[in-house]
Amino acid sequence: MTSAQRNPQLNANGELCHLLSIGGLPREIVVHILDTAESFFEISDRDVKKVPLLRGKSVFNLFFENSTRTRTTFEIAAKRLSADVINLDVARSSTSKGETLLDTIDNLVAMHADTFVVRHATSGAPYLIAEHLARTGRDEVHVVNAGDGRHAHPTQGLLDMYTIRHYKKDFSGLKVAVVGDILHSRVARSDIDALSTLGVEEIRAIGPRTLLPPHLEEMNSACVSGTRVRVFNDMSEGLRDCDVVIMLRLQNERMTGALLPSAREYFRCYGLTPEKLALAKADAIVMHPGPMNRGIEIDSAVADGNQAVILPQVSFGIAVRMAVLSIVAGSGK
Amino acid sequence: MKIAIKNARVVDPRSRLDALRNLFLADGRIAAVTEVSVVPEGFADARQINASNLLVCPGLIDLCARLPDLENELAAAAAGGITTLACPPDTTPPLDEARLVERLRHRSEQSGLARMFPLGALTQGLVGEKLTEMVKLANAGCIAFSQASAPLPDTLVLWRALQYAATFGFSVWLRPKDARLAFEGAAHDGAVAARLGLPGIPVSAETVAIATVLQLARDTGARLHLTRISSAEGIALIRRAREEGQAITCDVGIHHLHLDESEIGYFDTNARFDPPLRSAADRAALSAAAAEGVLAICSDHTPVSDDGKHLPFAEALPGAVGLELLLPLVLRWAKQENIPLTTALARVTCDAAAILGLDAGHLSPGAAADLCIFDPQASWQAGAQTLRTQGKNTPFSGQTLRGRVQMTFINGQLVFSR
Repeated sequence: MTSAQRNPQLNANGELCHLLSIGGLPREIVVHILDTAESFFEISDRDVKKVPLLRGKSVFNLFFENSTRTRTTFEIAAKRLSADVINLDVARSSTSKGETLLDTIDNLVAMHADTFVVRHATSGAPYLIAEHLARTGRDEVHVVNAGDGRHAHPTQGLLDMYTIRHYKKDFSGLKVAVVGDILHSRVARSDIDALSTLGVEEIRAIGPRTLLPPHLEEMNSACVSGTRVRVFNDMSEGLRDCDVVIMLRLQNERMTGALLPSAREYFRCYGLTPEKLALAKADAIVMHPGPMNRGIEIDSAVADGNQAVILPQVSFGIAVRMAVLSIVAGSGK
Repeated sequence: MKIAIKNARVVDPRSRLDALRNLFLADGRIAAVTEVSVVPEGFADARQINASNLLVCPGLIDLCARLPDLENELAAAAAGGITTLACPPDTTPPLDEARLVERLRHRSEQSGLARMFPLGALTQGLVGEKLTEMVKLANAGCIAFSQASAPLPDTLVLWRALQYAATFGFSVWLRPKDARLAFEGAAHDGAVAARLGLPGIPVSAETVAIATVLQLARDTGARLHLTRISSAEGIALIRRAREEGQAITCDVGIHHLHLDESEIGYFDTNARFDPPLRSAADRAALSAAAAEGVLAICSDHTPVSDDGKHLPFAEALPGAVGLELLLPLVLRWAKQENIPLTTALARVTCDAAAILGLDAGHLSPGAAADLCIFDPQASWQAGAQTLRTQGKNTPFSGQTLRGRVQMTFINGQLVFSR
């Protein structure tokens, strides 16, 4: 490697100044985010659902790609921290007028943005923004990745970890299945990063070969926890004795063509049915980042069944995003 | 005009010379290379250059340099000790018409700097559908024909193009890349791309294309040069074909001898190349093949503006500047891999000349006095301040490099001195 590449998420003191990816974060920081989220969780049950941590700060939701759930939960999280929230639907404004990504950022910084919550269709875009801010001496502005291309969706990964910790208490010894379109999934990458950072026993990547990236077994290489990543093409085999089953959404455009012949055949091989779920441990939980395709990756009987924790995931997501927004805003002080 | 260069360490790869020598130039040609105690008759009053502690080698020959701002880039080439270079046809507009080639050659000749040999476009507009007027282009000065990095997905057109080029004995330079397999890819389809969620370019995008092109070259008898090989498997196919007696040459970009996919780090767009930087094992195989002489080495000089690099990785333009980095990076490669200097420099002098079909890249008496004189110990920092090229895009930015050109001669004329 020609240059010593510092992890751009951490400032000189090793504090989290941007959240770009879970990969490369020290375990303590991940645990700190989960602990902080836990302390925020009860705020949602109060009559007055607000704390003044980000009063006077502006959080810009900068979504270059459509999203409802993630944007809404970030907005709620920021508002519960008393921040001013500005939602920008960039997909339909500046970029269609030919403005570059970094010009858009410069303009918003001039409007005194304190934190950018960024979703972008291209892997690495939030890194580009963070690097640009550093290069132009605006280290006080923070970037939170709300999903970039196929690369990462770190707050989703963290809320998935929050959910697992909530139900399973401890990560060691867990076998976690991640099922479906891992190739195109930023959620899967963030989950694999987080699970190996937190040291589960085994991650089982399950899917057809057209939807699995190469070198999956090496995806835990950055961590020293000893987590093993195993690849399964046979779903039944992969689910056996699992503690957690994370189902991934299959995008409509990938259901027919060169990746898969049909949604019907996909469901037959990789859809989660009660019969297949019965192969996992009796107390296994079922997760899904949403939105679900019922009857394609998951049977309604499972989605609505008592092992599913899909709606609690959404509630936990608000607390996790509050934790992330407050932690990055508090860095460097 | 007579020049005496004295007490130099002279490296002439073609004759395997690496020794202290005096070098005498007369009328733009090399008159003699002698022991340091010897001064041939008639050189007593020649211009004297004391080259103690300096190394003299043939001017470098670069098989691929993109020259968007021609005069400026030719000056950068001179500063890099490059005296001959080939320019790929992916200029704007592409080199598919004789008048474009003539204009380019005229401008480069006016500059009095490096000898510039254009490669003509193999197909009109590099679109891959219709052949160019190769005979006319050759008369205008094209040394070979190429698609540069543009794909030629239609194998029937490729077959016809090779047949037509073979009719006239023209050499065809092809970048082996299966356009469909490489489609939308931004990085080697390996562990790094998998982790970063970057669309991958599999090795088979290269090997499938090599297999196709080798077969068609065999069928048509075309003279084939394969450019920018990036993978161990690609090398293996080429070795096999050569063992079977197929006369093919190939090259590698200097960056691929030093860097692998890990260079991408956190989406560093200076590590975006076409073909992509591949695995550590691929890099090692390329290095071994270059050491052995299977591959010549080129800079693949590609200036890209900040606007082209300050983009998300997959949208950023590929390539890096190399004219001024070629020599220090070849020296670093030789040192790291323990390769004799005569061997390492052969890849950027006499070997490259042979691929171009030129009598150049050596120091035999009578040869044109194209020289690169450098201080092998001088270290300098690569970066916007030190590079003359218009592009500042290099993954070596900020690094200390060893080996700096002090003087460049073309036809016995001093065209650069520091």
